[in-house]
Amino acid sequence: MEAVLFFAAALGALGGAVGVVAMRNPLYSVLALIVHLFSLAVLFLLLASAFVAAAQVVVYAGAVMVLYVFVVAYIGGDTESAWEPIPGQRLLAPLLGATLFVELSIAVLGSSLQALDTHGPDVHAGFGDPAGIGKLLLERFLLPFEASSVLLLLAAVGAVVLAARRAEGVDGSSSEHSAPKARSEEVPATPTPTGGPA
Amino acid sequence: MNVEWYVVLSSLVFAIGAMGILIRRSPIVILLCLELMLNAGNLALVAFSRMVGNQQGQVFAIVVMVVAACEVVVGLGLIVAIFRRKLPLDVDELRELRG
Repeated sequence: MEAVLFFAAALGALGGAVGVVAMRNPLYSVLALIVHLFSLAVLFLLLASAFVAAAQVVVYAGAVMVLYVFVVAYIGGDTESAWEPIPGQRLLAPLLGATLFVELSIAVLGSSLQALDTHGPDVHAGFGDPAGIGKLLLERFLLPFEASSVLLLLAAVGAVVLAARRAEGVDGSSSEHSAPKARSEEVPATPTPTGGPA
Repeated sequence: MNVEWYVVLSSLVFAIGAMGILIRRSPIVILLCLELMLNAGNLALVAFSRMVGNQQGQVFAIVVMVVAACEVVVGLGLIVAIFRRKLPLDVDELRELRG
């Protein structure tokens, strides 16, 4: 039963990953990534980490992917016209990917980790549940926890500054006609309250 | 299932993500491929956490998720800013730092 579930989820994860790379339309790539993330959540559940699986579904497949869908819808999902701007790129990149895979596999499987071909030790029933993870986060890993909250705040402020609509009246409708260099100096303008991603 | 299956799957997904970054030219798809690579790292972290029987790897995976969310927010903000300036959304043409 576990093997069936693993191979089904692994197939979904690999199919989603290949779909992200292969789809011409960015919207389909986003949808393929959602399939990939759900399959990874199943794998996390198989690895007895319920909280990470739940966070994966809620945070990743829920919130982050909605952000992607919004941006793709905003900029318009135009497909890439031709695939090969650099000669041989389409041939060399899979070669490098295959090399990377072989190298990583050798590095991990060739390491003398004794427990690698075991199922892992038997764990108690509460392994990986929110209580255990939360206790670790708030006691042993309190500093990384706080640092990541600061990082989230910085990212939110940075996104608002980056994507903010420039203040109306400063350039207004003339922004389409001015030169790119002239407009680039107006980036640090204060964002309007309605600007920025939700 | 043995832990090595998960680790091999994770390295395979990582390689696919790296290949996608090399092949694709749209910045959005490159961000998506970055997500693939981060998720491959997450899978390896959780698999090793199960192998050792210790929950600390899962805490690392959650921190990686936070970092990935930050990266997405900043990256998508950059893409929206590029689009607003009517610059081409193509990494082969966006090769200068000045806008």
